[in-house]
Amino acid sequence: MQVTSSVREPLVTGGKTYHDVTHDVSRHVEAKPNIRWFLAFLTSAGVLALGSIAVVATVWEGIGMWGLNKTVGWAWDITNFVWWVGIGHAGTLISAVLLLFRQKWRTSINRAAEAMTIFAVICAAMFPVLHMGRPWLGAYWALPLPNTFGSLWVNFNSPLLWDVFAISTYFSVSLVFWYIGLIPDFATIRDRATGLRKTIYGALSFGWDGAAKSWMRYESVSLILAGLATPLVLSVHTIVSFDFATSVIPGWHTTIFPPYFVAGAIFSGFAMVLTLMIITRKVYQLEDYITMGHIELMNIVIIITGSIVGIAYITEFFIAWYSGVEAEQYAFINRATGPYWWAYWSMMTCNVISPQLFWFKKIRTSIVATFILSLVVNIGMWFERFVIIVTSLHRDFLPSSWAMFYPSWADVGVYLFTFGLFFTLFFLFAKFFPVINMAEVKSVLKSSSEKVHK
Amino acid sequence: MEKDTHFILGVYDDEDVLLHAVEQVRGTGVKIHEVYSPYPVHGLEHVLGYKRSRLPIAAFLFGMLGTTLALTMQFYMMKFDWPMIIGGKNHAAFPDFIPVSFELTVLLASFGMVSVFMISSNLKPWAQPRIFDLRSTDDKHIMAIDIANNSAIEVDQIKEILRSSGATEVNNKSFE
Repeated sequence: MQVTSSVREPLVTGGKTYHDVTHDVSRHVEAKPNIRWFLAFLTSAGVLALGSIAVVATVWEGIGMWGLNKTVGWAWDITNFVWWVGIGHAGTLISAVLLLFRQKWRTSINRAAEAMTIFAVICAAMFPVLHMGRPWLGAYWALPLPNTFGSLWVNFNSPLLWDVFAISTYFSVSLVFWYIGLIPDFATIRDRATGLRKTIYGALSFGWDGAAKSWMRYESVSLILAGLATPLVLSVHTIVSFDFATSVIPGWHTTIFPPYFVAGAIFSGFAMVLTLMIITRKVYQLEDYITMGHIELMNIVIIITGSIVGIAYITEFFIAWYSGVEAEQYAFINRATGPYWWAYWSMMTCNVISPQLFWFKKIRTSIVATFILSLVVNIGMWFERFVIIVTSLHRDFLPSSWAMFYPSWADVGVYLFTFGLFFTLFFLFAKFFPVINMAEVKSVLKSSSEKVHK
Repeated sequence: MEKDTHFILGVYDDEDVLLHAVEQVRGTGVKIHEVYSPYPVHGLEHVLGYKRSRLPIAAFLFGMLGTTLALTMQFYMMKFDWPMIIGGKNHAAFPDFIPVSFELTVLLASFGMVSVFMISSNLKPWAQPRIFDLRSTDDKHIMAIDIANNSAIEVDQIKEILRSSGATEVNNKSFE
């Protein structure tokens, strides 16, 4: 039997019936796109086209188009890679970890958050692929295939190879998890449609009929996938952090990296979910589904993960001092007071100080404040990766080779390209896919609170 | 399908009424073909008497396969086929093989389980499902009763049982 609570606020407001849920979500798929959507879509497609110039230049001319030099051999591209992968953590966290914790509020936001995850991981993958220089040969280099001259294999001792496995597994499992959830909703759209749309969504729905036996298996699959995706999502950023932590570069060589990176990833992922959801709920009038309660809960996750990140920054500094290793101490002093002091203090302000504002209920329940802070957090998280990567490299063991890193136009262009790609994909998703998981929202409609009872 | 099949459909608005109805209808000896719902109703599989899904077992077996394949691959490549000295480490550096083994375990477990789910529930892009009532993916729960399977009970009597169990509508549906 369902347990109802008279204390809790309902998850869906506005006294929605089951049919209202179907209608409110499906109508955006069925209606002709409005002018605002076209403008948004064309803008992002334009950014994508503009950025493509930089991508073509990089592939045509080579990596020399980037601002890297012999001291700073890793900078802009890996910063963007880690930033996008981090953003890609919220979707699976929301759908998998919150499913295991039986947090029913996830049902209104998991679909869009998972879509965002998938698109962010695609954007992230652009950077290592482009950094290969000849990406069409990438399969020979990254996958365990023997090379052309014999059976020389890829190196399984290298965290870069672990990354290949982690990111591709994360991408494919997230995609499957997302698609399994979409099947019943595609069936709903199919059953409302006629003509070509019925054929297309009929194929996309894989012939779903909503039989109790299928639902039983669906629930079982969701639970096991959630159980598998939870350690997976934690493993991905752990392995990304190994790219740095297993090296011997001062500032990278620390054991705190895995938990610190995972917390940072969740932090930036939730910020990006908020940025996108605040726009989506406004444009699609979904305020009854993505309520202030949802926004407040996500802001609380941001306070927690932001505080963990803050503690990690301070701990790093303390350990650098406590270790007694001069190179390590210098790396951290140089971060805060060296030529990149502005990047360090941008990071500290955006990531440590600004999320603390969410302790005030007025701020965490304000749409405008949340939107601005969600952007601030993502700017801060970009600087975090930039600070970790560039400041640890630019003044290395030999002062005669100290250098600065300046991004080239191609660096900026490739970053723009991924922004264009991300938003183009997201707008296509918002138009052609149900942005809210209708079936799951219906399943919590009645049980979430007795205030909803008709 | 070579011969016609005729069904009686009970339409229910509410999941709690549906759960009681399934128990009542089964109590009278009427065999339920299947119940179609717009969303997962918890406890429905229990009152319908379905056995627990064995998909978790499939996931476990595929996961074990993934671990085995990953470890075999890495030990074969790094230790036997082309041993290389990397940073003076042992060729068979087991701790280094854990991340890839974990990822492949998760990958095979997920894909294996989902494939089994697709096959067992007959989910494929070209599938043509029998839709009893278009509202079953919107807001109604549809209980389908196959007349041929309940020849011992009069059709009118089945309809009466459905109505008294709380069905808001009782319809007929035939497939060729």
